[in-house]
Parts: sequence; C-alpha cells; structure tokens
Amino acid sequence: MTKEAGIIGYGAYIPIYRIKAQEIARMWGNNNGHVPIMEKAVAGIDEDLVTIAVEAAKYAIRRAKIDPREIGAVYVGTESKPYAVKPSGTIVAEAIGATPLVVTADFEFACKAGTEAFHACMDHVLAGRMKYAMAIGADTAQGRPGDQLEYTAASGGAAFIFTKKSDKTLAYCEGAVSFVTDTPDFWRRAHEHYPMHAERFTGKPAYFHHIVSSVKTLMETTGLRPSDFKYAVFHQPNAKFPVKVAKMLGFTLDQIKPGLLSPEIGNCYAGSSLVGFAATLDVANPDDRILLASYGSGAGSDAFSFVVQDTILEKRNPIPSVRSLISERKYIDYSMYVKFRGKIRA
Amino acid sequence: MRKVAVIAVGYTKVSEHWNLSIRELFTEAALMALNEANIDQIDALYIGNMFSGYCQHQEHLGVLMADYIGLKSPPAVKIEAAGASGGMALREGVQAVASGLHDLVVVGGVEKMTDVLSPDITSALAMATDQEYEAFIGATFVALNAMVKRAYQHKYGVSDELIATLPVHCHEMASKNPYAQHPFKITVEQVLSSPFIAEPLRLLECSPVGDGAAVLMLCPLEKAKNFTDAPIEIAGMGAATDTIALYQRDDLTTFKATIEAAEIAYKMAHIKPDDVDVAEIHDAFSITGIISLEDLGFFEKGKAAEAVSEGQIAPGGKVAVNTFGGLKARGHPVGATGVYQAVEVVKQLRGDAGKNQVDGAEIGLTQNVGGVGGTVTVHIFRRLG
Repeated sequence: MTKEAGIIGYGAYIPIYRIKAQEIARMWGNNNGHVPIMEKAVAGIDEDLVTIAVEAAKYAIRRAKIDPREIGAVYVGTESKPYAVKPSGTIVAEAIGATPLVVTADFEFACKAGTEAFHACMDHVLAGRMKYAMAIGADTAQGRPGDQLEYTAASGGAAFIFTKKSDKTLAYCEGAVSFVTDTPDFWRRAHEHYPMHAERFTGKPAYFHHIVSSVKTLMETTGLRPSDFKYAVFHQPNAKFPVKVAKMLGFTLDQIKPGLLSPEIGNCYAGSSLVGFAATLDVANPDDRILLASYGSGAGSDAFSFVVQDTILEKRNPIPSVRSLISERKYIDYSMYVKFRGKIRA
Repeated sequence: MRKVAVIAVGYTKVSEHWNLSIRELFTEAALMALNEANIDQIDALYIGNMFSGYCQHQEHLGVLMADYIGLKSPPAVKIEAAGASGGMALREGVQAVASGLHDLVVVGGVEKMTDVLSPDITSALAMATDQEYEAFIGATFVALNAMVKRAYQHKYGVSDELIATLPVHCHEMASKNPYAQHPFKITVEQVLSSPFIAEPLRLLECSPVGDGAAVLMLCPLEKAKNFTDAPIEIAGMGAATDTIALYQRDDLTTFKATIEAAEIAYKMAHIKPDDVDVAEIHDAFSITGIISLEDLGFFEKGKAAEAVSEGQIAPGGKVAVNTFGGLKARGHPVGATGVYQAVEVVKQLRGDAGKNQVDGAEIGLTQNVGGVGGTVTVHIFRRLG
C-alpha cells in the first residue's frame, strides 16, 4: 500500500481585471514611486471567493479526468467568505457536482488556509476514507483604502485534487511540515471590513521566521537540500519577501522564477502560494522536485516537497496555463476598482 | 562636591527586539554593567524613559527594574524629560554621587518602541511638545522639526545636499558598530531620493524607531580604582530648558538650551569647545544635529553642514562626532539615547571603541535633547592621565 499522496488534477483562476500599483499610488500619494508590486488582479463586480474557487475547481476536475461524484471532500481555504455563517464549500461542491456524499468545510488560517487543506486531503486519501479529496486556496483580499496592503491585496485561487500516488497522479508529496506559533501579525476582528496588520512585525518574526522554520524542518526530516529542488514556491505578500526568503534558505532566483507571480497579480492570500505552485507545475517536467512553502498570519507555514511524475506531460492541454490566465487582462482605474470591490458604501 | 567617575557600561543592540520586553531589555544592559564592575548591590537606580506609560501601560519602572534585576531594595526612580530622559537620568545619578548621598549608582535608559504601531509612536513622540498650544493643531514631532529645517535653510541658505551629509556620515560610522540598528552606508543621493516624512525632512534624515537599553555604573572618583583600571571622570555637566513650544521662540534656528547647558558644562570642566576630541550629539533629525554642532560651539552658525561635508566631524577631523552612528544610525530608543551617548564616549576615552576608535581621545562630550530643544543636557567626560 502506498504511503504517499499524489495530485491528480489542479487548476487556477485569476480574474481578468488588473489595477496598476501606480494608479493606487496616484490616489493616495506615494513614496516617490516606490510601490511593492507592478499590478494586482481584481475580482469583477459579479465575482467573489466562490466563483473563483469554482472556476479553479472545474479546471482541476477537467485536468484530473475524474467523476466529480467520487470527490469525497471539498475544502475551501479562504478569508474572503461571502457569508460569515454558511459554508462556501457547499456552494463549490454543489457547483462542481460533488454533492451530496461529500465532506465540506471552509478552512481559515489567513494565507495558509489552502495548504492547511492539503494536509487534511492527503490524510483522507491515505486513510482510504475516500478516493479523491479537493483542497482549494482562494481569496478576494481586501486592503483598507490608503493602507500599504491596498497595493497588494488581490484576487485569485487554485484547486488541487489529491488521491493515492499512482501512475495517474502528476506529482506526489514526499514530505510535509506544518510549523505554527501564536504570532499576531495580521488579523481581522469579527464585523470589521478590513484587516489590521502589525507593520514591520509582519516580516522578520512572522513571515521569515515561520517559513524558514518550516522549510528547515522539512529539509531535516527528508534529508533534502535546496540544490535537490528544481523549483521552489513561497507565499508572496509582495515582490520582495519571497525573493529574500528564498535567498535566506539557499534557493536561487531561477528556482523561484516560474512561481513568482506577485509582481504581476499581487497577493491573492490563501491562493498566493497555490497559484504559484500551479504555475510551476505548468512548466515542470517528470522527476523535477518542487518545494511549496506557504505562510499564514497568526502564524504558521506549511512546507511540502513534491516530486513531479510522468503523467504531468499528458495533463497540460487544453486547460489554460496560469501564464495564459495572467496574460488575459483588462486594466481598470481606481474609481472602477472601488466600485468592483464594494468600497463605496451608502 | 565629590568628583564622579564611570566605572562600567552596559547596552543592548539597538534593534526591533520583538522577543524582548522592556524589563528584559533593561536587565540585559544592567547585568552587563554590574558584571563588568563585579558588583551585585547598588545604592540607587535612575532610569531614563520617555513613554513606557503610553507604549507598555507600565509606569513605576524604578521598582520594576530593581526587582527584576534582583537588587536589594535600592531607591529607584524613572526620570522623564522626553528625548533628554537619558541625559537627565545621568544628571540625577551624578548629583547623587557628587553630593555624598550615594556611592554606587546605576544610571540607565530604556525604551521599547515596537510594542505599538506607528500611529501610536507618532502620538507618543508628540508628547514631547506642548499639547495644549502646539500639538493640538495636528503637528507631529517630525513636522515641528521640519519647520526648524525650513527656517534654518531660509536664514542661512544651506542646501539639502549639504545637510544630507550628516546622516551619510552617521551611517558610515554605524557601518562599523556591531550594536547599531542600521549598520550600513548610505549616499547623499539616497537621502535626497527618500520619501518626505514631513517636508523638507526626508526619511533618511530621521532617526528610526527601535528598542534598546543602556546603562552606566557611577561611583566617587576616589573609589573608582577599586572597580576598574580605566575610570572615566565626569568632568562637567550642564542642563537647561527653553520654551517648550516653538511659537514662543525668537529664533527657530538655534537651541538656546544647548548653548546654555554647554556653557555651564565647559566652565565646570575648564575646557573650550576646541578641546573636545569626541562628541555624541543629538541628531534625531539631520537638522537637529546640524544646529547642535553649531550651538555647542564647534562651528559657526550656518557653517556646520559645510564642515560635515568637508569631513571635519570624521575621526581625524576637527572633532569626531557620532562615532557609533548617532541617533540616525545607531538608533534612537528615545529614553535610552542619552545613556547610549555616554556609553559611547566612555568607550572612546577608554580606547575601547573598536573600528571607530579615535586615536588619543581624552575629552568627550554628549548632548541630549528633549522635545525640539525644550530640554538639553550636556556632559563632559575626561580620561584620567
């Protein structure tokens, strides 16, 4: 019996709308043109977390070529739930045809809610409880107007379908770590519209400490080194942090390049590292090893080592690549942005 | 009055110490000094601190620190004079020893700024100004200092480029200081392209927010040799105040309190400004440092920035200034700054300043400012022959 879980299908979705960081800077005054990314993806007026999750999930099912009724779990990792009380997972599961014999739940762990669901899904399939389990990380992240986060808080997500490793899976997981402490660097209280963050505290003791710790633990438990990986994907709250943490851990720019999307789409929170992972799978070849390290404020980091399998080559078309989703874009100005994102309140 | 000496020093790195509380910071610095002097009991403790009440909701720092360090019931008190809290704590300590009241005194300073977010730090710093007649209009502390810079440039026609050479100098010094908050070099171009915090003051003209603690161990000079081979005498000290609010000043381009405090200190030490080998001055903002260099008598009014650009405050120049980086680059944990300055001058006079050692330094000076020149302390230190 295999002890490894694999991915049989994946899909990503990025809304078509973009706003340039300079357009936001124009609105609020800016640091002499210093903005943390180039542009970010914005959900349209009829899009929310659920529509993003469903789009990504549908691509994942098409790529997996499975009967959605065999999916035993649909977990949605997000902090952009349309309802405070009422699961998003039920809407997604219904929309993709996985209901009614299915476990669903919404996972919340800031930006690592999606990879949190990875752990649960892999354990489900390895336990033999179900054939397939789906983990989604997606968000329509909100930044307070004028706050630094407004430059980066973006929309997007990705879905992954897990099953036991076989010749049908396109990659399998050979190691997984979750590193968690109680570190309040970013939060949103009940009934509040926008999150709060603890400024520079979100860096060294939060993002960097947790990712470095999870990845180092993964390396110790698997005996792997950075040079054993073809690619690495880190959570991407801006353009700078993932590059810096990669350097701290001994990874090169070439290793993170395919999955480094924040300069072009921003930080889609629970979807951030997962969309980067999907983009990396889009270009990976059999036997390539990929590191995936998420970060969730509050705080924790999940680190995984995935090994790409031969099936990847059959799974590419006709599902649109993350690259092609990024290249489909329409620019909006700040006034359209505040309308789309519900920032005008009567 | 008895002569007073510094017999030991202690300090933490100035940094964003996310994992250390205010008591842990102070204890680290205090134990370093107590261990150096090989002392486990003292007669009194004076702690400079500006806003623990605001940032930690903690007052009563005297007993908090004495208790946590494990001292046996010394009188212990917090001294507050905004940015000059550390300098004023030192003054209190020196007075206690000079008067004969106490023999072994610990003077410290501590500030833990990263427990709160920047809007709160902005409010806390503005407590140094006149709340009722000045801060209420919405003036931040930086904004008031920006007014000073504008007035100075208007009066003396000194360019941004020249004023920017002071932070560049401080970063150069800090790049060789292992406990500096920002131990890296910057250029004039970087200063001038950094964003405005309050026009005309740019980011790289302003001291950073950070945490730190520094401690001095004092005793009567006559007993100093019992504790150290290299005691440093506190040869002079002066303190003065001005109007707290800027609108009541005749001239924004000079700090009268610096001039008065320095005059008293020079007289007490029987020296002139030209005799000073090393000086740690209060460059909370570039302009504060420039004005201080002039008010202390090192350079003529309107000429300090040019002198800085010519290297006259570098080691080997007319007077070596801020040789550990100053407030700009060593860092400015507000209530601790005056004590850091004293620690640094003591290290220079002991010949213990590492890569920034000024050869043959005998006389050192510290100038510590509270508010926008509302309170100023000046201390003069002398190496014993």
